[in-house]
Amino acid sequence: MPTSRTEFAYNSKVEGEVVVSQADAVINWVRSHSVWPMPMGLACCAIELMAAGGARFDISRFGMEVMRFSPRQSDCMIVAGTVTYKMAEVVRRIYEQMAAPKWVVAMGACASTGGMYRSYAVLQGVDRIVPVDIYISGCPPRPEALLDGMMLLQDKIRKEQSAYGLLTPRPREPSLVTGRP
Amino acid sequence: MDTIVDTLKSKFPFVTPRPSHDQPAVNVPADHLREVAQVLRDDLGYDMLLDLCGVDWDQARPRFGVIYHFYHSGKKTYLRVATLAPDSAAPAVPSLADLWPAGDWHEREAYDMFGIHFEGHPNLTRILMWEGYPYHPLRKEFPLAGIETELPAADTAAATGAKVIAAPMMGGPFQAGTQEHHHMSDAEPRAGDQSWTESKPKPGQKG
Ligand code: SF4
Repeated sequence: MPTSRTEFAYNSKVEGEVVVSQADAVINWVRSHSVWPMPMGLACCAIELMAAGGARFDISRFGMEVMRFSPRQSDCMIVAGTVTYKMAEVVRRIYEQMAAPKWVVAMGACASTGGMYRSYAVLQGVDRIVPVDIYISGCPPRPEALLDGMMLLQDKIRKEQSAYGLLTPRPREPSLVTGRP
Repeated sequence: MDTIVDTLKSKFPFVTPRPSHDQPAVNVPADHLREVAQVLRDDLGYDMLLDLCGVDWDQARPRFGVIYHFYHSGKKTYLRVATLAPDSAAPAVPSLADLWPAGDWHEREAYDMFGIHFEGHPNLTRILMWEGYPYHPLRKEFPLAGIETELPAADTAAATGAKVIAAPMMGGPFQAGTQEHHHMSDAEPRAGDQSWTESKPKPGQKG
């Protein structure tokens, strides 16, 4: 028998512990706290990157300690070091192999601009071959600077429109291997 | 005093002593190099080829040479051997890679950087720059900043439009801090002349 008073508001007995939010906020919150970095360690800056992963600086406080050496499993390439023209191809290929959404951090002077290597052999900034989200200055940047850069990246991820078009079917992108959708 | 130099001189009339501040040194003509090298290794006990490097003598003719450093692990003595490639346009010297395997990669490096051909080398390909790079970067006429050319990977170049460019020197070349900089924080690599940048042209120079 229906009661006279029907409750239309949130009923925790019926619906459990539900939090209403926006899809963007939820997705970005998850993404920004589980960045899996791809350590593209190419020179001395990689040593500071390793230090950031160690106990003293402890990058795992930001949910970023899962360094993956497989591009398939990572979503943030930290280019730490000098990129030579010979290596540029490899950096680009690994970037292409990472699944979207993906971000790139240029750690240090070399990755950002070629640094002190104004030379015939060194790519003058990794942004010439991959889209860079965050540049970190320093030669090398201290681990704190890397952490600061990664927090900036988190801020950036939190502002992205992640849910846009999420529910509309999209045509599949052609496979990099076969060229077929 | 330089007994090895005297020994070589008495064995080979074409060997001449070479002025040197440190270790014994001799000049050997390129066409006799292998003959001398064989004796150095088998009879005189120089069992290690520590290093070899190309040299570009710029205006001098012959222009290119190779300098070898040998080591006698029994007597713990060094020997420097210098040779010149007779042809300055297409420099070539015999390879020593079969006598000392250490020569293999070093000769590839000298070939890569100077374009010196090592005759008889088993695999004379570039070792630092990529195959197909059109220049030999340590030659005197090659600018430090480099010369514009294509990226080694055609697909990366097509996807990004990137090229090998002449690096903007921006007041460089860049060096670690000099003697005025006593603190590590001051010693970060910097341009020798930072009075000009990409947006502020070099004094006395247009653009
Ligand atoms: S920025 Fe400095 S520390 Fe980092 S890779 Fe370049 S030279 Fe090394």
